[in-house]
Amino acid sequence: MHCQTGSWGSYVPTTRTTVGDPLERIERLASENAVVIFSISSCCMCHAIKRLFCGMGVNPTVYELDQDPRGKDMEKALMRLLGSSPAVPVVFIGGKLVGTMDRVMASHINGTLVPLLKQAGALWL
Amino acid sequence: MQSFKAAATHTTPDMFCHSSFFLRGDDDFNPANAFHHDDSVDLSSSSIFSLKSSNVDVVGNSLHYDAFNTGIRAAEIVSSGTGCLDTGQFMYQKGTTLGNGHIENWGDSGLADNSQQTDTSTDVDTDDKNQLQHGAIITVDQSKLKTGDQKTLRRLAQNREAARKSRLRKKAYVQQLESSRLRLTQLEQDLQKARQQGIFIASGLSGGHGLSVSGNGEEVFDTVLGVCSWCLTSFFFFRSFLYKLSQMISSHGSMVLLPAALAFDMDYAHWLNEHQRLINDLRSGLNSHLGDSELRILVESVMAHYDEVFKLKSIGVKADAFHMLSGMWKTPAERCFMWLGGFRSSELLKILGNHLEPLTDQQLMGICNLQQSSQQAEDALSQGMEALQQALVDTLSSACLAPTASGNVADYMSQMAIAMSKLATLENFLHQADLLRHQTLQQMHRILTTRQAARALLVFSDYNSRLRALSSLWLARPRN
Repeated sequence: MHCQTGSWGSYVPTTRTTVGDPLERIERLASENAVVIFSISSCCMCHAIKRLFCGMGVNPTVYELDQDPRGKDMEKALMRLLGSSPAVPVVFIGGKLVGTMDRVMASHINGTLVPLLKQAGALWL
Repeated sequence: MQSFKAAATHTTPDMFCHSSFFLRGDDDFNPANAFHHDDSVDLSSSSIFSLKSSNVDVVGNSLHYDAFNTGIRAAEIVSSGTGCLDTGQFMYQKGTTLGNGHIENWGDSGLADNSQQTDTSTDVDTDDKNQLQHGAIITVDQSKLKTGDQKTLRRLAQNREAARKSRLRKKAYVQQLESSRLRLTQLEQDLQKARQQGIFIASGLSGGHGLSVSGNGEEVFDTVLGVCSWCLTSFFFFRSFLYKLSQMISSHGSMVLLPAALAFDMDYAHWLNEHQRLINDLRSGLNSHLGDSELRILVESVMAHYDEVFKLKSIGVKADAFHMLSGMWKTPAERCFMWLGGFRSSELLKILGNHLEPLTDQQLMGICNLQQSSQQAEDALSQGMEALQQALVDTLSSACLAPTASGNVADYMSQMAIAMSKLATLENFLHQADLLRHQTLQQMHRILTTRQAARALLVFSDYNSRLRALSSLWLARPRN
């Protein structure tokens, strides 16, 4: 299974969208794909979570906030959403917020992540 | 051990004390040295440590041989009073006091061989300054033997009583002696290391055996800090010492400010002792075929106790992440197989192996899933750590080629700032690794029945304690 950095799923370049609520944008982006990860390219924990999904055979859609012109606002919005810092990495599956690294790992260990992925269509047997 | 007893019965009394060493084939052992004491007898530890090092080595090597021969864990030798027969003899050779200058009733047939030996220790704790010089020359006062039987019998009884008392004292004393001797050899090794690292060694460090540090608060603190900075690198004495230390500090009643690493080590040592106790309860509960409900209580208490250690570790990671990562709070063998500040989550199930059978199909599937998910999470965190290290390498090895000096400094500072933020994520990785371990344990507990979980916890605990014992044996192995 090839998983190269820089070619994670489909990176959607930002178009000339109007000044919208960053949270709205986040939710819109999250619902466009089965597995969406908001990340920062230099963050090592983000790298770890990408590796985790890759190792499971999932092809997540990754948005690097430091490469997005409105990334700063989105990061702040995510911080408010999660109620803690750091804001990244954060994972949405099937448009729903799963959480940050510890939540994702916890759900993987207790066996709830894989059914969730299958339900969202990101994983097949 | 048996060889010593044999030696005791076969040799004449005046050769009694050091014959055992001849049996060991220590040709360079000089009995004259053993009995040579210039100053008055001082049974405090300073005299013990002022012995010629050759004497100490002799006992050291022989004791360790005994450890292997009799299969006693080296750690147990420290803590138990058994196996000290030979060291007891060693003690005599340092010039034990003899009260009143002569041994009475030496030739009396009523006394067993052992009591001959213990008679010499009757007045160990007295302040008599008589000494044993150049071989155990024991004079028998013939005149007193000629008095009536009554006096003899009374004296016999007194001797027996005194012998009994002194035997107990001897046992306790030898125990302390052993532990401090081992500590000495360990600390000698660590002294070099400490000197290199420039650790401040408190001057108040007494050569005392045992842990009776008294004095005002500051003295105690200095001594504690000095001892602990050494002991942090010597695990052999580690656990029991820290446990006693934490007891001592708590009984002292005052708040002692300790470095975070030391505080964690103390708490962990305390936790480990408590864990052993709970595991022993669980083991006896399982062996005595308790009902499921009672067994469940025992299992729950062990699991709750595991929650405690993860709380401790999270505090420790926030306080001193590098100490947690270094694993200096673990024994060497444990440290070797450590991963991100603890055991590998995937290893837990590998250790359990076949011990969990029989398993239902559902349980089997659950265990397989758990094995796979813990392995995947572990790999993900490992790769994240590799990325961290690579980023650090890139940051720290970037050349600052600015022509002006100020440019260099600015670049340097900015690179350092980046490196600092990278290091900060290290705490997060340790935290995630601990969470992973904790969750793996909890999931395993969820899948298994009470009895299976009990067995699993015992197997896991036994594996770890054997690993610790292996560390002890390894450090105590005889070296040429």
